[in-house]
Amino acid sequence: MKKIFYTIPVLLLLILSFYGLNSCNKSISNRTADLPALNPASLDLNAGSWKTILLNRPDTFSVATPSATTTPNYIGELNEIKGYQKHLTSDQLNKIKYWSAGGVLRWNEILRGLVAKYNLPPYQNPDGTYPIPSAANPFAYPLFPFANPPYAARAYAYITAAQYDALVACWYYKTKFNRQAPYKTDTTITAYASKTNLPSYPSEAAVLAGVTAEMMILLFPGETSAVQQLAIEQEQAAVMSGAASRSDILAGESLGRQIADVFIAKARTDKAGSAVGTPTDWANLENNTISKGETPWYSLETPKRPPMLPLFGNVKSLLIDSASIVSLRPGPPPSTSSVQMKTEVQEVYDYVKNPSRENMRIVQFWADGAGTYTPPGHWNAIASEDFIDLNFSEVRWANNLALLNITLMDAAIVCWNTKYYYYNPRPCQLNPAIKTLTGVPNFPSYISGHSTFSGAAAALLSFVVPANANKYMQMAQEASFSRLAGGIHYRSDCSVGLQVGQNVGGYAIARAKIDGAH
Amino acid sequence: MKNSIKRNCLSVIGLLLSSISIAQTTDDVIMMNKKQWCNGLTYTSSQWKEYWEGTFKRDNANIGSITTQSLMFMSNYGISNTVNIMAGIPYMVTKASAGTLHGQKGLQDVSLAVKWKALTIPFIKGKLSLFGVGEFSTPATNYEADFLPLSIGLGTTNFSTKLISNYQKNYLNIRLSGAYVWRSNISIDRTSYYTTGIVYSNQVNIPDAANFNLAIGLHKKYLLADAILYNMTTLGGFDMRKNDMPFPSNRMNSTGIGVNIKYTLPSNTHISFVGVANYVLAGRNVGQATSFTIGCFYANSFIHKTKATNSTSNKN
Repeated sequence: MKKIFYTIPVLLLLILSFYGLNSCNKSISNRTADLPALNPASLDLNAGSWKTILLNRPDTFSVATPSATTTPNYIGELNEIKGYQKHLTSDQLNKIKYWSAGGVLRWNEILRGLVAKYNLPPYQNPDGTYPIPSAANPFAYPLFPFANPPYAARAYAYITAAQYDALVACWYYKTKFNRQAPYKTDTTITAYASKTNLPSYPSEAAVLAGVTAEMMILLFPGETSAVQQLAIEQEQAAVMSGAASRSDILAGESLGRQIADVFIAKARTDKAGSAVGTPTDWANLENNTISKGETPWYSLETPKRPPMLPLFGNVKSLLIDSASIVSLRPGPPPSTSSVQMKTEVQEVYDYVKNPSRENMRIVQFWADGAGTYTPPGHWNAIASEDFIDLNFSEVRWANNLALLNITLMDAAIVCWNTKYYYYNPRPCQLNPAIKTLTGVPNFPSYISGHSTFSGAAAALLSFVVPANANKYMQMAQEASFSRLAGGIHYRSDCSVGLQVGQNVGGYAIARAKIDGAH
Repeated sequence: MKNSIKRNCLSVIGLLLSSISIAQTTDDVIMMNKKQWCNGLTYTSSQWKEYWEGTFKRDNANIGSITTQSLMFMSNYGISNTVNIMAGIPYMVTKASAGTLHGQKGLQDVSLAVKWKALTIPFIKGKLSLFGVGEFSTPATNYEADFLPLSIGLGTTNFSTKLISNYQKNYLNIRLSGAYVWRSNISIDRTSYYTTGIVYSNQVNIPDAANFNLAIGLHKKYLLADAILYNMTTLGGFDMRKNDMPFPSNRMNSTGIGVNIKYTLPSNTHISFVGVANYVLAGRNVGQATSFTIGCFYANSFIHKTKATNSTSNKN
C-alpha cells in the first residue's frame, strides 16, 4: 500500500521533467515576423504624379539615365546577383524575407522600437532639477532624445512624409526609365521576393534605406551606426533577392538621401528645438493662469518636473498654417472653481475607486506611457497591421502612413497648444484621493492627448480604409475613455479632445482627396 | 497521540511572488503523519522603499514605500507518514505611500505541492534526511501582472522541483535546499512592449528561476527557531532601464536573511504559532524588502488513537 504513495511523487517529478524539456521553447515571436513577401494589388505606376509634401517636383533631384541591360556594366551587375544567389546563407535568406514584407512597414516597426527605447523621462539631478537631453551629445545621460508623445509624433511625421516624397520621386524615375528588374532581364536570376512588373531603377528599397537613414539619424542621433547598418541590410536584401542591381541601389540611395535633406532643413526651423521652453516660460504659464483666477497645473512628480514641451504648440505643421492651428484650439475647460468641475472630479474618483478588471485592461491597453512607442506609435501599429492585408504598393503604404502621421503631429501641435493655453490641473491634483491606473503624464490636463491623437487617427484611417471606419471610431472612443477610467482625465478633456482630433483629421482627409492617390 | 501531531505545518508555500516579496517556500522538513491534517492562516506585511534598477540602487519619491500585505490560507495533509500534500492561496493588497499610482488587491496564485520524505539515514551521530518537493501554482484570478511594482503577482503558472537535505543532531538542525522553477509565459493587456528591443506581441517570455535556502536552527520539542539565508536568481531576463518601470520579465534576483520561529502550545499541541522575518540584503530589479509574517495553525488527526503509536517514529 505504501508503495503506491511513493509512486506519486516519482510520477510528479517525471511529469515536471517532461514539462521542463518542453518549456525550453518559450521564445516569443513578433506578430509580423513571418509575413509573406509584399505582392501589391496595384503597382501604382502613376504615383510619380502624386502630390508631394515638401518637394516642389518629383524631379527636383535628378537621376542619371541608367545603362541599358545589354551593356557590359549591367551584365557585371547581374553577375554580382548570381554570385550571391549561388550560396545564400540562412541568415541572408531571413533578411530577404524580413525586408520583402515591405520596406515602409519594416522601417515603421523599427521606428516604433526607437521611440519606445528613447521614451524615458530623465532621472533627476542630485539637486532636484532635471537634466535636458542634448542632440549634440546623444550618448551622455540623459540620452537624446526623450521621445515623449509630441517628439514621437513629429518623428513619425517627418520620417514617413520624407519616405513618401522620396518614393513619389522614385516612382517618377521608375516609369521614366522603365528598366526592368534583374529577375525579369535574366531568367537565371531567382526572384526571392515577389515578382512584379515594377521597373527597378532606381530601387525603391534603396530610396527608402537612404531617406529613412538620414531622417532617423537626425531624430535619433545616438542610433546612427545601427541605422546605417539596417540601410545596408535592406539594400543587400534587395540585391540578393534578384529585385535590384547595384546601379538601381546606388541611384536609389542617393535620391533618398538628397530628398531627406529637404525635410531636415524644414525640421531645423520648425521651432521644435525650442519647445522645451525656459524657466521664465514655465513661470509665466503658471502666473498667467493664476491671474485668470484659475488653479494652475502643477507637476505631480517629486521632485517637480518642468512641464513637457510647453512650446510644442508653436511648432510648424507640415500641413496646417499657424492661424488654422489656433482656430482648431477649443474653448476653455470648466473653471477649476465651477460646480461642473467638481462634478467631473467626482466622476473620475468614482471610476478609480474600485476599478473593474475590464476597465483596467482598457487603461493598460491604451496606456502607451513611458517606455512605449506612445499613442501615435500605437496608431501606426494599428494602421500597419491593417495595411498588411490590403497589399498596398510601397508608395501607397508611404502615402497612407505619411497622411496618418502628419495628422498625428498636427494633433500633437493643437493639443499641446490647448494644454498650455489653459494650463488646467489634473484630476488627482484637485483631489489627491484619486489614484490612477497608469502613470500621470507630466503636462496639463485639458485636452486629452490620447483623445486628440485617436480622434485624428480614426478620422484619417476611416477615410483610407472605409470598411474599417466603425472599428477605428470605436477604438478611438475606447482610447479616449481609457484616460477617464484610468483617473488621469476628466470627461470633458476626453470628449473635447476626441472632437478636436477629428477636426484636425479633416485637414489630412482634405489633402488626401487631392493628392492623386485616393 | 499528542506526540504524533505536535509537528504542525509551518510550510509557507506559494510565495514565490515576484520582486515584491521573496518568502519561505515549501522549505521546512516538518511532515504530517498519516491522516493528519493541518490548516492555518498567515498574515504577511512586506515593505520596501529602496530598490535596484538593474544594479543601481535608488529610491523613488513618486512611489514612496511599497507595502504588500497578504493573508494566506494553507493546508497540509498527510497521505502517509512520508508523503504530504499541501495547498495554499493568498489574498494580497498592495499600496504605494506616495505618488498617484493605484494599489492592487485580489487573490493571487493557488498552489498545490507534494512533499516526499525519501530517505533518512544515520549520519555523524545524527540523522540525515532527504526530501523532494514538487509544486504547482497558477493565478487564481485574472489579476494584472503588468502593473509592477504594484501588481500582486507575475501571472505565471509555475512548476517547481526542490530537493532538501536535512541534518538533525539533538536540537541542532541544518538544512540546505535548492529548487528549480519552471515559469510559463504570460499574456499582458498591451500588444507591444520593450525589453532590450521592441516586441510586437502580448506574450511575454518569463525566464525560469532558481532558489536556494540554507537554514540553521534549534529544533526543540515545542520551539523551532531557524536562521535562514536565501537566494532567488532569475535565469535570464533583462535589467530595468534608468527611470523605467519594472516589468514581469526583468532579471529579478535577491539574496536575504531571515528568522523563522514556530511555537507549539504545550498545553494543546493541536495549536501552533509561527513568526517569520526576512530582509533583502542584495538584489537586482527588486525592492529591498523587509517582511514579517505571523500565523496560526490547527492540526488534527483522522486516525484512530490505537493506530497512532507508530507515527512517533517520524519525528524529525
